[in-house]
Amino acid sequence: MTGLAPFRALSLAIVRGFLRDRASVFFSMVFPLMFLVLFGGLLGSQGQSEVDLVRVGEVALLDEMDADARAAFDDTFEVTRSDDLASAIAEVRRGDADVAIEMRGDTLVAHYTQTDQVKAAVTQGALRAFVDGTNVAQSGEPPRFALETERVEDESLDTIQFVTPGLLGWAVAMSAAFGAAATLQGWRQTKLLRRLQLAPVSTRTVVAARVAVTLGIALVQMAIFLGLGAAAFGLTLSGSWWAAVPLVVVGTLCFMAIGLLAGALARTTEGAVNAANIVVLPMAFLSGSFFDLSAAPGWLQAVSNVLPLKHLNEGMLDVMVRGEGPAAVLVPMAILAAFAVVVTLAAARIFRWETA
Amino acid sequence: MSAAIEVVDLAVSYGDVRAVDGVNLEVAEGEFVGVLGPNGAGKTTLLELVEGLRRPDAGTVRVLGEPVWPRNPRLLPRIGVQLQASSFFERLTTREQIHTFASLYGVAPARGDEWLERVGLVDKADTRVEGLSGGQAQRLSIACALVHDPELVFLDEPTAALDPQARRNLWDLLAGINDSGRTVVLTTHYMDEAEVLCDRVAVMDAGRVLRMDTPAALVRGLDAPARITVAPGQLRLDEARGLPGVADAVESLDGVVLVTRDPARVVARLAAEDRLDGVRVQTATLEDVFLDLTGREYRA
Ligand SMILES: Nc1ncnc2c1ncn2[C@@H]1O[C@H](COP(=O)(O)OP(=O)(O)OP(=O)(O)O)[C@@H](O)[C@H]1O
Ligand SMILES: [Mg+2]
Repeated sequence: MTGLAPFRALSLAIVRGFLRDRASVFFSMVFPLMFLVLFGGLLGSQGQSEVDLVRVGEVALLDEMDADARAAFDDTFEVTRSDDLASAIAEVRRGDADVAIEMRGDTLVAHYTQTDQVKAAVTQGALRAFVDGTNVAQSGEPPRFALETERVEDESLDTIQFVTPGLLGWAVAMSAAFGAAATLQGWRQTKLLRRLQLAPVSTRTVVAARVAVTLGIALVQMAIFLGLGAAAFGLTLSGSWWAAVPLVVVGTLCFMAIGLLAGALARTTEGAVNAANIVVLPMAFLSGSFFDLSAAPGWLQAVSNVLPLKHLNEGMLDVMVRGEGPAAVLVPMAILAAFAVVVTLAAARIFRWETA
Repeated sequence: MSAAIEVVDLAVSYGDVRAVDGVNLEVAEGEFVGVLGPNGAGKTTLLELVEGLRRPDAGTVRVLGEPVWPRNPRLLPRIGVQLQASSFFERLTTREQIHTFASLYGVAPARGDEWLERVGLVDKADTRVEGLSGGQAQRLSIACALVHDPELVFLDEPTAALDPQARRNLWDLLAGINDSGRTVVLTTHYMDEAEVLCDRVAVMDAGRVLRMDTPAALVRGLDAPARITVAPGQLRLDEARGLPGVADAVESLDGVVLVTRDPARVVARLAAEDRLDGVRVQTATLEDVFLDLTGREYRA
């Protein structure tokens, strides 16, 4: 029998069990949100960090700027003075400063680092603009051409943009894996699994109910994350963000499968939850949920590429903040689906109806 | 009447333990059958095999004319099962629990409420299952087993943890179900319960059914003497020993105890001598049969 009533009753029972379990609600809903608030609130202001500039010797350009330009310059650069070019360059190399400038005759020479490509580009662009601006001002002619800039990706350097998809990926992975692991193990422990075996409901109905509830929880998590991010921390989603919805669905299935495997392997509920934890938490670190991995060593990135969470995170970043089209989620979805299938088959192989 | 349960040469082992070891039994439709046996005798395992929860190593089980293994969905709505350990959905209230089971069996929630009333749990309807006492959980578990009005009911130690009131109420309830034509199979450690309720009992030990018969036939088969206790001061020990039909007599705190194989004759004699005040007659009980069959040692 695969009637709707048993499915509804089971789903409702699972939802109630979840909502009444404070620890589950805390760890799958509140805990990741705390991280979002932490990252969004504390680090958000560092979004557009100033460029640290070392001014070596006399730099005539700065002294000859008009007042408006000078004010804009001081907004962009955090200026320190130095008389020793070599030590200033060493500072840049160490990463203590972003750029060192000196005058050679009428030429402004900027020594910058390419470590942070975005900052390097910002630095070069800004300096060139100031040089051009000063040239124009000194020629005494009003400029013929003007430039006005309008941002396409609002505040795209903001931490919140980067952090929200990663944390959401972690939250979804955690609650899907824990939910599946704890349900399987808990039901087995209380012999409910055996009791259900004797009720006229198909295994399909039982599994469908559990999957439906987990998907529902994941979508609620997504709504809360995006809603809170947008309302409180200025998160702005790019055009095809909706493509992240099917991606999250497949990602949830993948992590349910991982939880199922943990639940099938473990002998106690605690064991199952711990096993899920041991898998998901390191994976979250290695998949860039908490910090950007683009600066990490190559081998680490290679490791992270075999982790499903990495692909969930990347796919979400692509469509939610990097402005890529919906097609960007297809490859991550395929990878996650493949993971889900393989892990589910493994879990089914070692599944036992009861702890023996 | 056709057989509700047919078990042939059934056996299953857990590693080295032969939990059920060559069991044959037949239960007729409408019968009330009890399974007795010391801890670890294999009662629960036998029930689980008959319910179709376990795959037997050998032998066959047919229930209501259908094979039970592999899981037989046609059969499931027709049987009701209470497992030895209460198996509930976590963190649901009593009412939510029985409503969920009602839905699983395609039964209206109102029937669930009726059952809560029948097992006396209306006051606890909004208590979560974790907050129920052992006996209350047991009653809920029974209600969940019966909510869909099954033709055949399996109850594994349904009266364990019940207080005397709840136990008697459950007896009435089960007797009522049985009177309406349902077949009931239960396990129990209470001999009085088996004697009161069961048409037939099976005594199990070490995975085998040692004997299966009506309680009365089992007691008769034991052929044990009756014990008649006469209040102190009514009868001297030497007088007692001289009474016709008395095999032996001993003093006890309650008075003089006469051991006899002909209690009717001895009681008639005592009545004739007007010495019946405080007389108590104890014939052999199912408990004596049980101990006789299974011995007195503890089981692992
Ligand atoms: N899951 C299991 N794994 C291994 N051995 C088991 C398992 N379940 C039961 N046994 C063993 O099988 C034997 C029969 O157990 P069973 O539970 O059927 O006894 P029982 O008659 O129901 O006992 P009780 O009166 O204590 O409920 C026991 O020796 C027990 O130790
Ligand atoms: Mg038992």
